Amino acid sequence: MEHPILFINVILEALGLPVPHTITGHTLLEKLCTPYMTYTWLVMAFWIIVPKLTMGRLEIFPGKGQNFWEIVIGGMENFFAENMGRDRARMLFPFLATFGLYIVIANLIGLIPGFMSPTSNLNITLGMTIMVWLTHHVLGLRYHGLGYIKHFLGPMPLLIPLMLPIELISNAARLLSLSMRLFGNIMAKETLLSVLFMLAGAYFAPLPILCLGVLVSLIQALVFTLLSVLYCAQAMEHAH
Amino acid sequence: MDKLHIALICLAAAHSVGFAGLGAGIGMGHGLNGACAGVARNPEAKGAITTTMILGMALVESIAIYGLVIAFILLYANPFGGALGL
Repeated sequence: MEHPILFINVILEALGLPVPHTITGHTLLEKLCTPYMTYTWLVMAFWIIVPKLTMGRLEIFPGKGQNFWEIVIGGMENFFAENMGRDRARMLFPFLATFGLYIVIANLIGLIPGFMSPTSNLNITLGMTIMVWLTHHVLGLRYHGLGYIKHFLGPMPLLIPLMLPIELISNAARLLSLSMRLFGNIMAKETLLSVLFMLAGAYFAPLPILCLGVLVSLIQALVFTLLSVLYCAQAMEHAH
Repeated sequence: MDKLHIALICLAAAHSVGFAGLGAGIGMGHGLNGACAGVARNPEAKGAITTTMILGMALVESIAIYGLVIAFILLYANPFGGALGL
């Protein structure tokens, strides 16, 4: 498969910075200029600049921009509060909402020719998954102390030798499944788009895949965020 | 025998996605069946049922994605690539 042309890579190479052509670079500067790092910074810049520009001043009767962001942020907070309770949702809101919003835009920019999704790389998704996994264990330990082990023991004391290994393995599998789901979906979308461009780009062949790609991007962001919310909510509540 | 190795890798990658897709297709069809029955019985709950169905479909699809990831690993990041000369 030939190398895709990425705008930020072209700009950085024109500026003289070393952009690696392998998956990760060798020196630190090369590792900082890899496409998924630079496109992550692009998404971060988007989320810093665009809300500032569109929101304007906060007023009692919201204008158009403020209305839109109120719907987005308020909707997300209600969604978290349904699963976790209002005050816990408020505590975890910056963490989980940042992931949700970042993943939505990161998935969507891969659809634009000349850009790539940073989430199509396992480093990005695994990093986010590790953060969520560690957070839900820390929350469980903080809310239950050593009694957190009761979450893994199952309904009856007789079943403990059966339930404990199964529960531990399925909990460890969350690391793998959460990262692989997002990575696999978005990488499959990018690969499919690049192959179709290469094969039949002049006949608008990627167009149905682009439509499917929008759907997949939004749904995968929703699924990642929802699963993170459910893991954290389950860790904080009493064992079933 | 070098071509046989490459042919076997390609076959394995194709079957990985094929069988994973088979299971995912059947599972998602069952889910859709339940969702349609639910909406038919209770058209007012359409929003909640649709959301639940989309969520369940994404989770089932992730199993098919695991198959795809194995196929990609076999084709592009083969751990035995050095021994096979790929």
